Amino acid sequence: MEALIALTIGVMTATGVYLTLRARTFPVVLGLTLLAYAVNVFLFAMGRLTIGQPAVIDAAAAGYTDPLPQALVLTAIVIAFGMTAFLIVLALKARGELGNDHVDGLHQAKDEQTQTKSNQQGAKS
Amino acid sequence: MMQLTSWPVLLPLVVGFIILFARFGGLHLQRSLSLLAILGLIVVSTELVKVSLTGVHQVYLLGNWIAPFGIVLVLDQLSALMVMMTSLLALGALWYAIATKIDKQGSHFHVLFQILLFGLNGAFMTGDVFNLFVFFEVLLLASYGLLLHGSGRLRTKAGLHYVVINLIGSTLFLFAVGALYGVVGTLNIADMAAKVAQAPVDDLGLIAAAGLLLLIVFGLKAAMFPLYLWLPNAYANTSAPVAALFAIMTKVGLYAIIRVHGTVFGDTAGELAHYYAPWVLGLGLMTLIMAALGVMASRGLREQVAYLVLASVATLLIGVGLNSPQALSATLYYLIHSTLIAGAMFLLADVISRGRGVHEDRFDSAPSMPNAILIGSVFMFGAIAMAGMPPLSGFFGKVLILSAALNQAWFALILGVVLISGLIMIISMARAGSLLFYRTQPSNVLPGEALNRPAFVAVIALFSVSVLLVIFANPITAYTDVIALQQFNSQTYIEAVLNTAAVTESAP
Repeated sequence: MEALIALTIGVMTATGVYLTLRARTFPVVLGLTLLAYAVNVFLFAMGRLTIGQPAVIDAAAAGYTDPLPQALVLTAIVIAFGMTAFLIVLALKARGELGNDHVDGLHQAKDEQTQTKSNQQGAKS
Repeated sequence: MMQLTSWPVLLPLVVGFIILFARFGGLHLQRSLSLLAILGLIVVSTELVKVSLTGVHQVYLLGNWIAPFGIVLVLDQLSALMVMMTSLLALGALWYAIATKIDKQGSHFHVLFQILLFGLNGAFMTGDVFNLFVFFEVLLLASYGLLLHGSGRLRTKAGLHYVVINLIGSTLFLFAVGALYGVVGTLNIADMAAKVAQAPVDDLGLIAAAGLLLLIVFGLKAAMFPLYLWLPNAYANTSAPVAALFAIMTKVGLYAIIRVHGTVFGDTAGELAHYYAPWVLGLGLMTLIMAALGVMASRGLREQVAYLVLASVATLLIGVGLNSPQALSATLYYLIHSTLIAGAMFLLADVISRGRGVHEDRFDSAPSMPNAILIGSVFMFGAIAMAGMPPLSGFFGKVLILSAALNQAWFALILGVVLISGLIMIISMARAGSLLFYRTQPSNVLPGEALNRPAFVAVIALFSVSVLLVIFANPITAYTDVIALQQFNSQTYIEAVLNTAAVTESAP
């Protein structure tokens, strides 16, 4: 089971990194989501892998699983969820304002003109 | 007295929520509440500094759970200093935002402002690594909102980069924290230090890797080479008061390095003691070189100030990397100086940009701005402070850091890099000043708006700190010496946190 979990985390992280490096905002959002999934599973695995054990105190239990990583994962899921929602809204706003969905996209023609103009003036002075 | 420790965290949070509902009472009500809250925060933090001067760690157990099991808030002299500086800088930034009506450009400016303070103070006070992550997220989310406050395409683009890079940083933070928890089995900083001290040799490699991963995350927040590329664009394109307040955001990363790495990998850590310091020193030197080149290459004043912030962060990283109580004391002195002066410089850049109308802050020839003599003199004052020339506090800070570097093995390299980059910065700022103020053209183009005097008060007030830092240099360095010694004596921190007993209910 350890190998399977490790492989899963590895594949998700690699996919996430690849997608995060893409040039358009939507793959970047997906990549960050995958990275968040990977880290959630990773955090979960850091409490060691146990099957069929309770996390809260139970008189009849033979052993326990570590409850702390489960609490951490819950917190991390909520935060990642909120951040992803924010990022999607921001990406849509950028799509609307910049005129394209490139992460490092060109601005609209007006901005480019003023920028090159100031560059030329800067070079002259 | 125990309750006081939780105040700097609770006050901005509660007031933030109240301001959210005060929206129905109009902007004036929101403004007064926000100002009152920050004045209250200054009173509280003065009180906290007084308490911390006794040298006893104030530990607040959230929910009365004792240390390794629950989350603790720890007040020591370092965190008291940081909270104090945050509230002072926030007062200047908020005053400027209100005086120039920047807070009117979008909704919820004051709410986000208070929540950012909540996140900052929480990050400075917490004694738990995962809680530090949560407070980082709180302050980042508020900062995303503030960064995008107002509008503009360039701002949106810079904001998108800032958000994405910080989300990646958060993921790395979780990987690092998870790995540390997996090895040492605790999240409390003090307990982690105790566990690392007793860690078996087999685990040391893993702990070291996780610690360096954590260093990358804090380095990202502090804008350490090669992770600084987000900073110049984000700071140059946001509104002035937000950029001014962000001057403390890079210091959060720095503080986290001092707090987490300095405690967990301090003298107690055996084989891993201070193993991170050469990394911080080397990367700090690289950052300083890149920042000096950036200062020289800037096309506008705001961009230049953003690179100057980067240079000050680099100098601080070098101070932390030198890793001695003397160097840390010098670093803290420079930290007080650079945070408040950088904040003031961002505000001043906005004043200049408004005065020049359509030319904004670009380094080109423009009609003379209104009140050019007053603004120009203040600019010269700020440039001297920022570049580290005598007689202002930047000079003293750098001298203290460099004299702490003298007993290092490669002090010649450190001195060379710091001094040459300082020279480059002086030349570039002189060029900027002469382009902005001397090379004016007579023209009938309408000049920009007149000087906003109430707003200018905030700039002057923040700059005057530099003078105060020089006049009271002796007591202040004595104070930072005490802080540095307390920080280096991490054993007392560990014992104070782990030995705090739960509060027992007294009989009514």
